[in-house]
Amino acid sequence: MTKTEIIEKIIPFLVEEFEVEVDLIKPEANLHETLQLDSLDYIDLIVIIESSFNINVTYEDFQNIKSFDDFYCFLDSKMNTSQTSITN
Amino acid sequence: MMNRVVITGMGIYSCIGKDLEETTQSLYQGKSGILLDLDRKEFGYRSGLTGYIESPNLKGILDRRSRIMLSEQSEFAYLSTVEALKVACIDQKFIDINNIGVLFGNDSSAKAVISANDIIREKKETVMVGSGSVFQSMNSTVTMNLSTIFRLKGINLTVSAACASSSHSIGLGYMFIKHGYQDCIICGGAQEINIYSMANFDALGAFSVREDTPQKASRPFDRDRDGLVPSGGAATLILESLEHAVRREARILGEVIGYGFSSNGAHISNPTIEGPQKALEMALEQSGIRIQEIDYINAHATSTPVGDATEAKVIFNVFGDTSPYISSTKSMTGHECWMAGASEIVYSLLMMENGFIAPNINFDNPDEDSAKLNILAETKETGINCFLSNSFGFGGTNTSLIIRKWRNN
Repeated sequence: MTKTEIIEKIIPFLVEEFEVEVDLIKPEANLHETLQLDSLDYIDLIVIIESSFNINVTYEDFQNIKSFDDFYCFLDSKMNTSQTSITN
Repeated sequence: MMNRVVITGMGIYSCIGKDLEETTQSLYQGKSGILLDLDRKEFGYRSGLTGYIESPNLKGILDRRSRIMLSEQSEFAYLSTVEALKVACIDQKFIDINNIGVLFGNDSSAKAVISANDIIREKKETVMVGSGSVFQSMNSTVTMNLSTIFRLKGINLTVSAACASSSHSIGLGYMFIKHGYQDCIICGGAQEINIYSMANFDALGAFSVREDTPQKASRPFDRDRDGLVPSGGAATLILESLEHAVRREARILGEVIGYGFSSNGAHISNPTIEGPQKALEMALEQSGIRIQEIDYINAHATSTPVGDATEAKVIFNVFGDTSPYISSTKSMTGHECWMAGASEIVYSLLMMENGFIAPNINFDNPDEDSAKLNILAETKETGINCFLSNSFGFGGTNTSLIIRKWRNN
């Protein structure tokens, strides 16, 4: 899956789950503030990611994620690592 | 010095009405909220009969975080509480500067627990149940959610006592206020109404199987009754000290004047005569009124052969020939279980307010015990000055509550 495909897949889930306007989801926007995430919300974000992409993530993975673009890069990296593991 | 305890608000979300107005109409018309749910039969239930309630849609009313924490019965309780607070003219500003508590009856949250474990079995990872699951799964799901949503700061606890849960919540609320520990408490009861919540109760064979005529299945006191019909929803009452209510010029709906309770200390599910009778007599003694002053008894009677017979004997032992009017609103609603104690106070208050007594529908033929009682098969237009409501539960827990029409003396 390309990074573009990841973005196209994840945004509708974020809009639906966290009830935010799609226009607010910009690459440079702050993930935490835009989605108004509290500690419990990260659990639901993990559920979305694992259900959508079949990859494992943890709460700690979000420590270094600030913007949506950081988030997309993280997902892209995780997907590629996962695919590499499968092919190796 | 003891405080007098009054009721200043009430709300309901039940199978016979999603609010007080609709419920009043149903009570007056003797309308049943029971149907046959074929999904239950497919699931393996012996009886597919149940009360039916439309699932609420709270999107646009509550924010996402609040909504995902709510179990089914918490959703019902939220709506009944919104209505009760509106009737009581209590807004969020008032709640924020006062020490209002919450005591709600609830004794299960089966759907949330089972759904979560189904997900974990499939996904092999607990995080996949999501953040709301644990808050939906606990017995205290209703009170923890109501106290969070309404920012309540007083007593905060769930009362679990089987089918006497919510009557005990009212009784405990009465005691807290009477003895000065709280000025105002949101009391009530909530009951989930889904396929998971009643399965092991169905296993006892205690439900009616009159599936060809669902609305005639719940027939308390009738000679041909064959079991109860499970149901659910939520009911809320706002209890206050008289002083607190008068100070804010609240409209008073009624006064709680007696809370009797007991435990049978015998079989876990079969009733006794001594236990319930003790609760009735305790309530009467506490109220200071004579038995002749009870105009109406809202019976616990669930439409089980043994349970109704036992209660009929108890009522006759206590009231003898004074013959207060009696009906069991469970004839229309089915057995609302953890909600029943509170909902039946709401139903009785609506009758008191509107000058009628709702019928014990499906009471076609008495048996030898119910023949001695003054059971109303049809709606009766009459005033109620004082009513008594019974609720009895598994484990032999018994309650009797006495409510009097408000009089300023």
